[in-house]
Amino acid sequence: MAWTRKDLLTMRELDPGEIQLLVETAASLEEIATRDIKKVPALRGKTVVNLFYEASTRTRTSFEIAGKWLSADVINFSASGSSAGKGESFLDTAKTIGAMSPDVVVVRHSSAGAAALLARELTCSIVNAGDGAHEHPTQALLDLLTIREKKGHFDGLSVAIVGDVAHSRVARSNIHAMKKLGMTVTVAGPPTLIPPNVQELGVKVSYRLDDAIRDVDVIMMLRLQHERMAGGLIPSLREYSRYWGLTLDKLSAQARPDVLIMHPGPVNRGVELSPEVADGPYSVILDQVTKGVAVRMGVLFLLAGSRGGSPA
Amino acid sequence: MTMTTSAVFARAGGTIVIRGGRVLDPSTALDATQDVLIVDGAIRELGPALPAPDGASVIDATGKVVCPGFIDMHVHLREPGLEYKETVATGTRAAAAGGFTAVCCMANTSPVNDNRSITDYILAKARTEGAVRVYPIGAVTRGLEGKALAELAELAEAGCVAFSDDGKPVMNAALYRRAMEYTLPFGAPVVSHAEDLHLAEGGAMNEGVVSTELGLPAASAAAEDVMVARDILLAELTGAHLHIAHISTAGAIRLVREARARGVHVTCEVTPHHLVLTDEQVRTYDPNVKMSPPLRTRRDTDALGEALADGTIDCIATDHAPHALSDKEGEFDRAAFGIVGLETAVPVLLDRLVRPGVLSLSTLVARLTTGPARLLNLPGGSLARGRPGDLSILDVDRELTIDPTRFLSRSRNTPFGGWSVTGGPWMTIVNGHVVWQAQ
Amino acid sequence: MNRPAQHFREKAQVLDEAALDRALTRIAHEILERNAGASDLAFVGIRTRGVTIAQRLTAKIAAIDGTTLPVGALDITLYRDDLDMRGAPVVRGTDIPFSIKDKTVVLVDDVLFTGRTIRAALDALIDLGRPKMIQLASFIDRGHRELPIRPDYVGKNLPTSRRESVAVRLREHDGEDRVVIEEPEDV
Repeated sequence: MAWTRKDLLTMRELDPGEIQLLVETAASLEEIATRDIKKVPALRGKTVVNLFYEASTRTRTSFEIAGKWLSADVINFSASGSSAGKGESFLDTAKTIGAMSPDVVVVRHSSAGAAALLARELTCSIVNAGDGAHEHPTQALLDLLTIREKKGHFDGLSVAIVGDVAHSRVARSNIHAMKKLGMTVTVAGPPTLIPPNVQELGVKVSYRLDDAIRDVDVIMMLRLQHERMAGGLIPSLREYSRYWGLTLDKLSAQARPDVLIMHPGPVNRGVELSPEVADGPYSVILDQVTKGVAVRMGVLFLLAGSRGGSPA
Repeated sequence: MTMTTSAVFARAGGTIVIRGGRVLDPSTALDATQDVLIVDGAIRELGPALPAPDGASVIDATGKVVCPGFIDMHVHLREPGLEYKETVATGTRAAAAGGFTAVCCMANTSPVNDNRSITDYILAKARTEGAVRVYPIGAVTRGLEGKALAELAELAEAGCVAFSDDGKPVMNAALYRRAMEYTLPFGAPVVSHAEDLHLAEGGAMNEGVVSTELGLPAASAAAEDVMVARDILLAELTGAHLHIAHISTAGAIRLVREARARGVHVTCEVTPHHLVLTDEQVRTYDPNVKMSPPLRTRRDTDALGEALADGTIDCIATDHAPHALSDKEGEFDRAAFGIVGLETAVPVLLDRLVRPGVLSLSTLVARLTTGPARLLNLPGGSLARGRPGDLSILDVDRELTIDPTRFLSRSRNTPFGGWSVTGGPWMTIVNGHVVWQAQ
Repeated sequence: MNRPAQHFREKAQVLDEAALDRALTRIAHEILERNAGASDLAFVGIRTRGVTIAQRLTAKIAAIDGTTLPVGALDITLYRDDLDMRGAPVVRGTDIPFSIKDKTVVLVDDVLFTGRTIRAALDALIDLGRPKMIQLASFIDRGHRELPIRPDYVGKNLPTSRRESVAVRLREHDGEDRVVIEEPEDV
């Protein structure tokens, strides 16, 4: 299995072999983080542009570290403090950046489809670092890498994805990837936060937290955006946290003893996760962050490491 | 060949003989190979081997289909105010190139067509620069703001053939009821862009499994159905003629059928794109498949096709909504709603509905002629003696590739670019003059 | 190597199983002799067959003087200078579970050709720490060097033409122990 795509836009379009290759490559690169000298020359002379139209410290930093450890030149371009703030259209900004001949553009944007749009317009490789409520493939990959390390395999595992599934690109990427790898996925949350017809993606739906987390291998809690209350989707944070917040009591009553608790971060402590759970023995939230760098190294390497190449 | 269009209405009506075509006129149930004689801009006679009067032009239409001029009752000409998208001159040329001889233009110009001076301006433009007939539709409320009625009587007197706030539906049911009552004496329908703005808020596409996968904000079919139901009840209450614009859901079709069975005066139109495209097309995130109402599901397109065939849907209208490239490129959720339709409607419908047998040619022609003419009380849409000398002549065997760069419209925002289709307009005649002919 | 094997056919056998084993035994003795014993020695094989040869050599050394020496695996994909000329690269990971600091590292590869792989391997090794010394064991030296690199231990010097290829076939990967020269099939 070899990587042949120009871009990484969605998990939906990947086949299981491609997902495995991305995970394996990331796993191979994890050791770099343990070195004294955390730098390999693989992407020397390559330019990676982080084009971030949404505030994101962790994802941008993760890509930045990944690029730098691979010796790429990493340039950060965020919407504030750039021409994007002066009313230049996304497309114009993108074309301007494209004219500077980057090898990879990592894009984060609040509009679904923004990464695909960029991929059509630019000849360089595009990595989708989150487009609206659509997809966030590198987050799914780091989740998979974390699960693989802890569980050793994917096939047959069961996962509950809990919370604001409707607005979550993390949920969408994970649903596609996990289904392709033979995992069973249940999405759970109040009905107003479950997207319409989501069963057609091959997932189960649960409206009760206890049912959703019972005996699953992995519980993935999603971040609740505070603006969901203004939209009338939930009555209050208090009520949400009472019925959908994961506490130690609920965990010990329902969950397997070897369950993994994941969260894409940043965590609303006391809302979707109680502090004891977030910091507890089941939590692999910091592992996810560590694995994020390896995943992004793997993605950048596969996209930029062989550009312009033909099999020799 | 496009004529200098200013000649059409500045000159006296033309005299012309169309020979040897298959003449299809649903208004008189005529389908026969005949000649058509237009004298001084009006239909004079139909029959075999008609003598050509002195000075008459003679057109050989052998192998072509000669129909009453098509009427598109839902077009945005954008003038005044948004001339960078379209003008009366470019929009009516596009209409002529699409086989249309008359268009109704919506009120959302800048300023809004909510008073007589704007109506007069549009009609004056149409007389001097128009290639086809233009019938303005007046606003229901001032500034399309949904707060106070526009001067509806004066708009009717000035020539508005219907009233609509189109893309800005009147959410205040009481005000809409008053509009329906107030317009009763004018014999002009109130046209509803049926969309509950709260249910549709933020929606960029149809709500369903596709929107769930794409992560795009979506509006459910219920946003349309709820409003269709409300407006039907108001029409029932007031006795007004309600016309549902661009009906797009199976649910709305059901509501219209039920209302008609009860005797409510409700008519409706459908667009070509809602008939032949579904929300699956949005997977490309191409802003040229973004419109309001959004593309629906296969279940809806099936229901629309059936309703168009059985007459539940009275007419086909394009909702021609020209936008400049800058409004229709970039992020899907930020792009403008709407697509151009005048130059693609007839070829797309001939190829995708008539050729596969979903719709008969005569039904298609009826929905483009008698349908809109009757519900708006327009003089056209028929080849009966004395009617306007407007003809749409089709070449149903013509193979063409839709090329937006060759549109006569000022805008190019179409999802049909690159489609290869069989069948299309061949010649358009208005007021006895040829205003467009296929290359 | 990264060449698709189906495009090559066998031209001649260079070493059979017994000769291959004798060459390994000889190299093991040379390593012990040169380093005056096995103290502070560590082996690093270049993936894939270099790792296997390194394991065979340490087994020989263990049989000769009873010392068990560590073996690491080095993936040099991230250090290649020809990524742009190759197809999609596959990273298999570096796995060196010991410190190479102040060790004498014997770097092991199956075939020494242009020297570019060894250049990349040296960079990769040095990024992992500062060994006291690095020695190079190449099982086959087929010439055509493009860089100033010379092996310390050689199983067999094998003059070849550039268009030929040398395959070190090992039981662990190929089900047999022998070395063959291959040539492109389209001639």
